[in-house]
Amino acid sequence: MTRAAAASTSLDAPPQVDVDRQQILRILTKHRQGRGTLVAVLQDIQARYGYLPEQALRAVADETGRPLVDVYGLATFYRCFTLQPRGKHLISACLGTACHVRGAPRIVKEFQHQLGIQAGETTADRQFTLETVNCLGACALGPVVVIDGHYFSKVRKSRVRQLLEEALTGFDKADAAQAERTFPIDVSCPRCNHSLMDEDFPIDGRPSIRCTVSFDRLHGWLRLSSLYGSSSISAEHEIPPQTVVSFFCPHCHAQLVGRSVCAACEAPMVPMLVRGGGTVQVCSRRGCPSRDLEVS
Amino acid sequence: MIRLRINGLDACVEEGSTLLEAARFLGLPIPTLCHMDGLSPYGACRLCLVEIGTGAQARLVSSCTYPAEEGLTVRTASSRVLRARRMILELLLASCPQSKTIQDLASAHGIRQQRFRQEHEDCILCGRCVRMCQEQMMAKAIGFRGRGGDRSIGTPFDVTSEVCRQCGGCLYVCPACQLRCTSAQPEEAICGGCANLTPPCIEKDRFDDLMCSLTPCVACEIARES
Repeated sequence: MTRAAAASTSLDAPPQVDVDRQQILRILTKHRQGRGTLVAVLQDIQARYGYLPEQALRAVADETGRPLVDVYGLATFYRCFTLQPRGKHLISACLGTACHVRGAPRIVKEFQHQLGIQAGETTADRQFTLETVNCLGACALGPVVVIDGHYFSKVRKSRVRQLLEEALTGFDKADAAQAERTFPIDVSCPRCNHSLMDEDFPIDGRPSIRCTVSFDRLHGWLRLSSLYGSSSISAEHEIPPQTVVSFFCPHCHAQLVGRSVCAACEAPMVPMLVRGGGTVQVCSRRGCPSRDLEVS
Repeated sequence: MIRLRINGLDACVEEGSTLLEAARFLGLPIPTLCHMDGLSPYGACRLCLVEIGTGAQARLVSSCTYPAEEGLTVRTASSRVLRARRMILELLLASCPQSKTIQDLASAHGIRQQRFRQEHEDCILCGRCVRMCQEQMMAKAIGFRGRGGDRSIGTPFDVTSEVCRQCGGCLYVCPACQLRCTSAQPEEAICGGCANLTPPCIEKDRFDDLMCSLTPCVACEIARES
């Protein structure tokens, strides 16, 4: 899978995202306006759009009355902010001292060769962004590569192609089967406390979580994997990506809706009680990986 | 009023004044690059270093940002200060050898060697233009961008800023681009031409109305006194 043919080294016209001024205003009112909150505002904007669009920065400067040069200076100062749209999958290759002596430059070169881009660039099909970082804090495991939040240690040149293929299919699917970081949870309805577990319909080899959902005048069942960390689902009706779905308890038919909203996409979070104490919240937007576990 | 000792001289300065102001009040010369009257102190160029304290506690601070303290001992031209200052100038010269301002300062401090690779940058990031734009022109059209080696000064998104009135204030105060040293060759970093010149005011017929580069100009001082 050499993507060199499909990729270009420069992005002449990056597709501009339409910036909704109301969205920016909502983010600004969430953080009370002040000097100290600008980083938090920019973080929220980046979480919403995946990068910091020029229009958004101009809107922030307009609305807060701060000079654009200050907003721009801050946005270019921190490594976590980017003014260029990023690809769907983010590859961070560590070039710290320990990784460097363990051959990280060869790994980066191999990624560049496979993707046909330089470090810091995005492939033309907007699938991958390759960036180098200076230390990921796992020096004993070097060379370290992080793809979409998943850490890979002692990466060899021969593994690069396989990693890229896995990234395209999604690590979540591959992970749920054997990774130790995922663990099963038993949940129940926060209103009637009936168990939502369905042993007759296993997902990832575990009893699934049964809910009823409605969206776009469609009503049907939805089964979620009970492995915390897995995104596997099964649904009666195909749910288009990015759709915000209403969740209901199959026993008391109460809507499962909490007060909080997703930090990443601002869709309502769906609360469920965890057997043993605590709550788990999952984002109601299809495709959004946000989930939050609170154990009490 | 605050009492302090500068180069063995007792000085009495107003509260809130900086060491640079105190030293200049006494007539002690301290070279500066990023400092400018009318702009807020910034402490970027480190050229105005002075040594404070005594014995093992002695340390170098930038006099343009350090406030005068009661009973402070200050040395503006100790061997440690001069050594540090020469090193800073050598580094500045490496990044911007075409600046006449820096070449003059290097000549004045007797720098006769250049041990660093020359970068021929257009900017030493002293921030004079940024403060000029913000504090005197009230525009905030330019500012610092990026970080570390990528740090630069310019407008947001590299397009002409809407708040820029094209006053030229930033160019006027820039120590790197207001005067070009024409003699600095790429292979020979130190010009030193100005330091070896006879002051143009003495040889009027040869230099016509060229600006005198010596500060203070010996000839002018003599003419003023007579």
